[in-house]
Amino acid sequence: MATSVSRELTGSDTGQYEKPAMVRGLTRRFGSRAVLDGLDLDIEPGQFVALLGTSGCGKSTLLRILADLDGEITGTVRVATRRAVSFQAPRLLPWKRVWRNIVLGLPGKADRARAEQALAEVGLSHRVDVWPKVLSGGEAQRAALARALVRAPDLLLLDEPFSALDALTRLKVQALVAELWQQHRCAVLLVTHDVDEALRLADRVLVLRDGRIAYDQPVEAARPRATDTPDFLAHRTELLSWLGVPAGDSATT
Amino acid sequence: MIVSGEDRRTDRPVDGRAELDNRSPIAVTEVRRSRTKSRGGIPRWLFKTFSPIGLIALWQVLSSVGVLDRATLASPAQIFDTALQMWQQGRLQDAVAVSTQRVLVGLALGLLAAVVLATLAGLFRRGEDLIDAPMQMLRTVPVIGLIPLLIIWFGIGEEPKVILIALAVTFPLYLNIYGGIRNVDANLMEAARTLGLGWFAQVRHVVLPAAMPSALVGLRYSLGSAWLALVFGETINATSGIGYEMNTAREFFQTDVIVVCLVLYAVLGLLADFIVRTLERTVLAWRPAFRGS
Ligand SMILES: Nc1ncnc2c1ncn2[C@@H]1O[C@H](COP(=O)(O)OP(=O)(O)O)[C@@H](O)[C@H]1O
Ligand SMILES: [Mg+2]
Repeated sequence: MATSVSRELTGSDTGQYEKPAMVRGLTRRFGSRAVLDGLDLDIEPGQFVALLGTSGCGKSTLLRILADLDGEITGTVRVATRRAVSFQAPRLLPWKRVWRNIVLGLPGKADRARAEQALAEVGLSHRVDVWPKVLSGGEAQRAALARALVRAPDLLLLDEPFSALDALTRLKVQALVAELWQQHRCAVLLVTHDVDEALRLADRVLVLRDGRIAYDQPVEAARPRATDTPDFLAHRTELLSWLGVPAGDSATT
Repeated sequence: MIVSGEDRRTDRPVDGRAELDNRSPIAVTEVRRSRTKSRGGIPRWLFKTFSPIGLIALWQVLSSVGVLDRATLASPAQIFDTALQMWQQGRLQDAVAVSTQRVLVGLALGLLAAVVLATLAGLFRRGEDLIDAPMQMLRTVPVIGLIPLLIIWFGIGEEPKVILIALAVTFPLYLNIYGGIRNVDANLMEAARTLGLGWFAQVRHVVLPAAMPSALVGLRYSLGSAWLALVFGETINATSGIGYEMNTAREFFQTDVIVVCLVLYAVLGLLADFIVRTLERTVLAWRPAFRGS
């Protein structure tokens, strides 16, 4: 299907200014259906971008392409060489102790000190040596975050990382992500279907619809964000209507 | 017109309290508290030995009173005597050593073949096309049925016995390792790719560990068939080993020797099972601990 695949995975070693992600005319078809259809997207260094969209609109498809997991595309995709991904499920290797999971894939010998430091950052110092199956959902998701951040990525791709967590844990892990982002200052693309989450965390909110970025607006409120200001609520209603939820029906997610 | 339950209820007093009082009393039971430890009484391990010991005692009694004669089935005491004698003559150790060696050599060959074939078939499309179809066809052949052919091809020395064991081991092991490799969670493979693991590292860190539980099930199963193959293999013209002792004893109606040999087979089988279990406990320590109550 892919007629003119052009993928360039560029590192910062070229010396010139590069964006962590630059997408031009990206099309991805499943059969005859174009899930992504001529999509353009730029992400600036250090920017926290939330990508909203209804279920099945192609959010994960886009993220997988940016993660270089899916090459059957047409168009141009340039993404930072140093990037990390965290999925809805933590996807830790169950047969490796937590700390070994963290540093797996890093060059050189498994560096325990580095793993410990990364785990301390996400508040898992007491879980360094356990098997991943022992972790609770929130802990496992935090470990997955540590595994992503230990790679010092220029671009962090998150695919609904909070959606499998219970409401309380979700709030905590969201706060943790905001905090880690402020320390690491990597660009983040957070895929989510939760409008409040997007508005609380992101600098910029996108809505994916009909295979393209249909909505692209900054969120300028100061951090930490209050979720009960008129601005917030107005933005929320606007986004929900973009997602096909009429005003009035928008209780909470 | 039928008067429904609804209608009748409206006739009742509207007062809620009266309604409550009219309800039939609710039966209540206290939930059972499970005891954490059975205090007192006989320890479980000791209790478990009761029925085997009882059976052996019954057997001994039946032999002593003459219900079981020696030519049918020797008594436990006689069998113990015989085992002791065989030990003193060195026959018992020799037989065990020879048989164990056969199993080990056959197992090593079968293990090697199964691991190589399953890995090739599991990891490479071409390997699958070349290897899996014939393996799936051959696995339906009962290995024991190959004995006549093996004798024609390899005579009656050690080869047919060892090859029989190797064949018995190869198929269950192959199927399980291949299945294990094929069922690796695609999500984990993806995660490994995003961590920058190359092909070889993916195989090492993801595919092989993921296939390990299934491979060990295959190993346990194939050890079982290895013992079966040994028993059958040793009945073909062996000049040493447990099966040889058994065959010789048959000619002289020495039921005591036969039982000693059966016990040897059983003990070796248990030992093999124990080794695999230990292996599982160490290699699969990452799995959530499972304990029977
Ligand atoms: N491997 C695939 N084969 C066929 N269809 C797919 C595949 N992956 C995704 N799709 C389809 O593409 C659409 C977008 O999927 P996805 O990106 O996962 O949606 P979401 O926005 O909910 O993450 C869905 O309709 C899905 O059925
Ligand atoms: Mg998705």
